Amino acid sequence: MGLREAFASGKFVVTAEVGPLKGTDTTEIKEVAHLLKGKVDGTNVTDQQSAVMRLGSMVTCYLLKQEGLDPILQVTCRDRNRLAIQSDLLSAYVLGIRNVLAITGDFPSLGDHPDAKAVYDLDSVQLVWTINRMNQGYDIAGNELQGKTDFFIGAVVTPITDTEAAMELQLIKMEKKIEAGARFFQTQAVYDVDAFAKFMKRAEKFGVPVLAGIIPLKSVGMARYMNKNVAGVFVPDHLIEEMQKAEKPAQKGLEIAARLIRDVKDLCQGVHIMAIGWERKVPEILELAGLA
Amino acid sequence: MVRSEQKPLEEILGYLEGSKKVFLLGCDGCAQASGTGGWPQLKEMKEKLEQNGKEVTGMMVVDFLCQKALVASHLKPVEDQVMASDAVLVMTCGIGVQASAAMIKKPVIPGCNTVPLGGTRGEWRGSERCLECGDCVLYWTGGICPLTACSKGLLNGACGGASNGKCEVDRNKDCGWERIYQRLKEIGQLERLKKFIPPKAYNKMRPKGEILVSSLWALEQKD
Repeated sequence: MGLREAFASGKFVVTAEVGPLKGTDTTEIKEVAHLLKGKVDGTNVTDQQSAVMRLGSMVTCYLLKQEGLDPILQVTCRDRNRLAIQSDLLSAYVLGIRNVLAITGDFPSLGDHPDAKAVYDLDSVQLVWTINRMNQGYDIAGNELQGKTDFFIGAVVTPITDTEAAMELQLIKMEKKIEAGARFFQTQAVYDVDAFAKFMKRAEKFGVPVLAGIIPLKSVGMARYMNKNVAGVFVPDHLIEEMQKAEKPAQKGLEIAARLIRDVKDLCQGVHIMAIGWERKVPEILELAGLA
Repeated sequence: MVRSEQKPLEEILGYLEGSKKVFLLGCDGCAQASGTGGWPQLKEMKEKLEQNGKEVTGMMVVDFLCQKALVASHLKPVEDQVMASDAVLVMTCGIGVQASAAMIKKPVIPGCNTVPLGGTRGEWRGSERCLECGDCVLYWTGGICPLTACSKGLLNGACGGASNGKCEVDRNKDCGWERIYQRLKEIGQLERLKKFIPPKAYNKMRPKGEILVSSLWALEQKD
């Protein structure tokens, strides 16, 4: 069962994220693929996450597909103009990739090639619109495609923000993405279940499935780092204290992740686990959460 | 005003490798105001070049270097010094350097970098910027330009990277889309945020050929 079918079945959907490495070594990707096979409904591959140059999302999706997973191609607007994006989407479809996640993308200055020219020819709403158009058999310019795509289109939303304007802008943009063709959402990491519940109360009316983002905490330092540096991620003090008091903080991080999954289970349609280098731990998190 | 900053001396000396005699040209307009190419900066540069074994054949400050006719008329009396030089170091913005290069039959060396100001400004130096995109969307955004106010130039809303209302690219800059939201809220037009703005026709940003021809060309003729 692929991702689209998983959503259609009404089950609690689980996706995980794989971040390609910088270089041509794909050993780890294949190892992680084996570990995740049969345990998740879809596997995201990041598109040069945090604007750090790495192995491409498309080829990694292809490798995952060969290992029997249903990959989700993340596409950012940062590096490619509309010609490159549309051409890549056609290529991905030919390689058997059926799910796409449209993202704006971190600015190059945040990554390891800060001198790079930022593109943003399209924004994330326009990207969703573009993919939807290609599904209908046309490119952006209105030319007919010889063989159309049939992508299952996803988008992202930040459910917890620090200002009223940011929250309203997220909800309005979410609605625009849905109108443009988005059929599922993955969210930024959630640590505050009450705040997430508030968001879901407002997002429910759109009737589009939402997968809550889960990032397992590896250490107190990581929690503090994210609070300081990652927009839209807020780790509450009580969780940081819990990590501090734990004898084995790393194990505690997995337990917290599993608890968050159980807590959001009745609020949304699934979870998206972003393990950030801890992909091997995903099966254990799912087991602890009672999803294995 | 066009703002400029002086290039590092090492870079300038690199450009002047193989050139012994140098004429210095400054601008009494924006470069003077920027503190990069007025008389005091030219005198400083003369000293530095001489310390590095160069011979300064002469100096001139023109008001303004972007006006080609003025460049020609001011340099006329010192033509001998200019023509006896191996290179002319121009201490001003990119426009002044280009105008000088168009009028001087000697290698012209840029002595400054032009500082980005984020788009075209009005004659009055306010904070508003225009990218001259050729297809204005300000109706939808409450009179705040998303191309210049948003670091990514996004047309359909915030990227989600802002932290406490500050941009992910520059924490000293307000998130353009949060500003747009506040403005539309103030005027009771938040509905406008729901409008989908399709991919922009960026070819409209290419200036037409006739625009690049000076309207004051008669004044700028060399002779």
